[in-house]
Amino acid sequence: MFENVDLSLVNWSRAQFALTAIYHWLFVPLTLGLSFILAIMETVYVRTGDEEWKRMTKFWMTLFGINFAIGVATGLILEFEFGTNWSNYSWFVGDIFGAPLAIEGILAFFLESTFVAVMFFGWNKVSKKAHLVSTWLVAVGASLSALWILVANGWMQNPVGMVFNPETARNEMVNFWEVLFNEVSVTKFLHSISSGFLLGSMFVVSISAYYLLKNREILLAKRSILVAGIFGFLSSLLVVYTGDISARALASAQPVKFAAFEALYEGKEKAGLVAVGLLKESDRKIGEKAVNDFVFRIEIPGFLSVMTGGSTDTFVPGIIDLINGNPERGLLSVSEKMERGRKARDLLIEFKEARKSNDTEKAEGIAALFRDKKFNDEYFRYFGYASLNKPEDAIPGVKVAFYTFHVMVMLGMLFILEFFLAIVLLFRGTLRKNRWFLWLVLFSILLPYVAGELGWMLAEMGRQPWIIQDLMPVTTAVTNVNVGSVITTFILFAVLFTVLLIAEVSIMIRQIKIGPKH
Amino acid sequence: MTLMISYNFLQAYWWIIISLLASLLVFLMFVQGGQSMIFSLPGNELQKTMLVNALGRKWEFTFTTLVTFGGAFFASFPLFYSTSFGGAYWVWIAILFSFIIQAIAYEYRSKPSNVLGRKTFDIFLFINGSLGPFLIGTAVATFFTGSQFSLNELNQVRWGTPWHGLEALLSARNLALGLAVLFLARTNGLLYIINTVDDTGLFERSHGKLAVNAISFLVFFLFFVIVLLLSEGFAYDRSTGAVTLEKFKYLHNLIRMPVVLVIFLTGVVSVLYGIGIALFRASRSAIWFTGSGTILAVMALFLIAGFNGTAFYPSTSDPESSLTIARASSSFFTLKTMMYVSFIVPFVVIYIWYAWRAMNRKKITGDEMQEGGHMY
Repeated sequence: MFENVDLSLVNWSRAQFALTAIYHWLFVPLTLGLSFILAIMETVYVRTGDEEWKRMTKFWMTLFGINFAIGVATGLILEFEFGTNWSNYSWFVGDIFGAPLAIEGILAFFLESTFVAVMFFGWNKVSKKAHLVSTWLVAVGASLSALWILVANGWMQNPVGMVFNPETARNEMVNFWEVLFNEVSVTKFLHSISSGFLLGSMFVVSISAYYLLKNREILLAKRSILVAGIFGFLSSLLVVYTGDISARALASAQPVKFAAFEALYEGKEKAGLVAVGLLKESDRKIGEKAVNDFVFRIEIPGFLSVMTGGSTDTFVPGIIDLINGNPERGLLSVSEKMERGRKARDLLIEFKEARKSNDTEKAEGIAALFRDKKFNDEYFRYFGYASLNKPEDAIPGVKVAFYTFHVMVMLGMLFILEFFLAIVLLFRGTLRKNRWFLWLVLFSILLPYVAGELGWMLAEMGRQPWIIQDLMPVTTAVTNVNVGSVITTFILFAVLFTVLLIAEVSIMIRQIKIGPKH
Repeated sequence: MTLMISYNFLQAYWWIIISLLASLLVFLMFVQGGQSMIFSLPGNELQKTMLVNALGRKWEFTFTTLVTFGGAFFASFPLFYSTSFGGAYWVWIAILFSFIIQAIAYEYRSKPSNVLGRKTFDIFLFINGSLGPFLIGTAVATFFTGSQFSLNELNQVRWGTPWHGLEALLSARNLALGLAVLFLARTNGLLYIINTVDDTGLFERSHGKLAVNAISFLVFFLFFVIVLLLSEGFAYDRSTGAVTLEKFKYLHNLIRMPVVLVIFLTGVVSVLYGIGIALFRASRSAIWFTGSGTILAVMALFLIAGFNGTAFYPSTSDPESSLTIARASSSFFTLKTMMYVSFIVPFVVIYIWYAWRAMNRKKITGDEMQEGGHMY
């Protein structure tokens, strides 16, 4: 019933999903951010009747369209890859996970795609106000679709609102609101969309800076910087705030990931937050995995404890506490969790055998156990641990988690500063004189992309080995197809996405060079 | 107030929603049908631009319906999602591929510096237009002809052939439905162009191609339906769960469910009527008859695939593993929650209708193509 899977199949399947997700996230944040900026610009146009604002809206809308199409294409693949490459996962949790995907289609995608056509082609076909409403609805639709997919993702990080049914061998939803208002989902949603707003703003500010450097389109560029600078500044503050509450949510839902991105091995009170640091593998080991030490670090004392629990006295568990256990702090060891997970799994096997031999009484007894809260809290919640081979398998890549997190945070701080300076220089009227700053923001255009991708790498690689936290490792989630098929499709997707990306960037650069129509 | 809603009711309700989404998808594939004629239908560049722009303003509806169909199937019948997508891997991947290249082709084809050149993007549209409907039709045919797979106690799929879905292309019945869907999409595509574009040249060319596409559709469709009604089907017993082969199963389903029979016949007659008035009376509004007929007929096919004790995704190698709507569905709670969500659908339909009307109020003309607004 529980077979060993080919690890190369798991890795290629992960690679294919990662490839699609990474490409998808190159396009989605710009859609999220730019759609609101378009809506704001068009609102000013409708209120003032100033044709220049309409010209601006139309120009940015052209760039929006180039980006939108490819975001849609990569999104389709992601949705279906849950089925094609993670079919065991799709069954094990489809009862919960499918719903947000369906709601996303019904509620968000139709809104987006219906009104995007009105937005592009409706200038002379519907009234000014109807057009403006359409543009706003595109923006709302984009963020709504982000909501539902992040509800789905948040649930994988922190599974709630369900109970396991041994009869069907799957988890079944029992509380929709718990799934929707899952703390991890809500914070992840806010963090993701605000990072999209930030990226869209930087995109507009950077391209406007390019025009100022070229002494072209001065009015359009300044007005664009006004809108995107303020929107970006507010968004960058929101990104920091939502990042902080996301981290706090992770501290309780995914303590190993939390400890990994701080490279905290020994848990402590008054734990400091590492601002900058460099890691090196040491001779110490947890099982077969080497412990990473700091070559150097700059720490903000006590801040990690404050982030976790609001006080410097909060104990922050380290990776060693979480793997080897810490009875003083009430932390179970992974081997204990493996033991408990196996008990739950053995019970499932017993249940299936009882059903086969028509031992209804026994089967019903076990089924009742799976509905019991105590059994769930003490045993079933560790179900996934049954599939681990060694305790240290529960440790994600610490270096990856640490560096992705810290580079992302540093970039976040840089963005606040850049937007702030953009607004100050604009209001002082010295923006064009400070060419160094224009060059700086022009070169910063790619940095929010880097930050966003790093954030996702942290979120997804930092939770390994789990596809669903504690319940299912990636190894048991994968579709049983031959690895050759997956390698082939990986290469096909990689080539196709890359070619399309090159075309997209080339068209985008050309349109920017052509500039707005007169 | 507590509504007494049974699990059986919810499963049937969701099967109807899935059938409706599938039938809307087949109708909306007029976009693909039109694309498949991108090289043969227009007589000059301007006509091609009109063709592409007429289709391009609707491509997202088809695309979004496909995504929603996938999402809704996942939410309501997750065992189908995991079994078919994971098992018939290559067919679904091929379908997905053809849709990726469509999504960007419209937007990029006429933009300067598009690297691949307009011709390549037009070939992308052609590939999606031809392969998309054909492969979707072939995949749906396996709802009747079955596939080789088995499920273990944990409902995990093991596919019976190394071809992972491509073997569906070896069955004449599957191919017949694939070709029927393709030619139906082309017929609807022609009728949509006739309806939307105000250009004498393009009208005449569309009208000229109508007969051969409509007849091809009818030939393949009739072949598929006749064989279907005469063939064995996969029946299951609700009380024991056993799946057995039953002679004339789908014919029985139509007879046992007269409402479905009426839906089916109305659909077929409506399609024929639409084709008839387009061919013989040069009607410009035939698309509404063939379109609604398509929706009804496809819906009826899905209903006989899943209702009246029928396995909608049968396994030929291990009948016990066949998927029925009872076995493949989500839990009572999830189906009920999703039913509440589905109440929003009428609002979605209303705003789509508003947007569609607003955008199609004026027909597409050659002059508009030269005005220089947002263009494909």
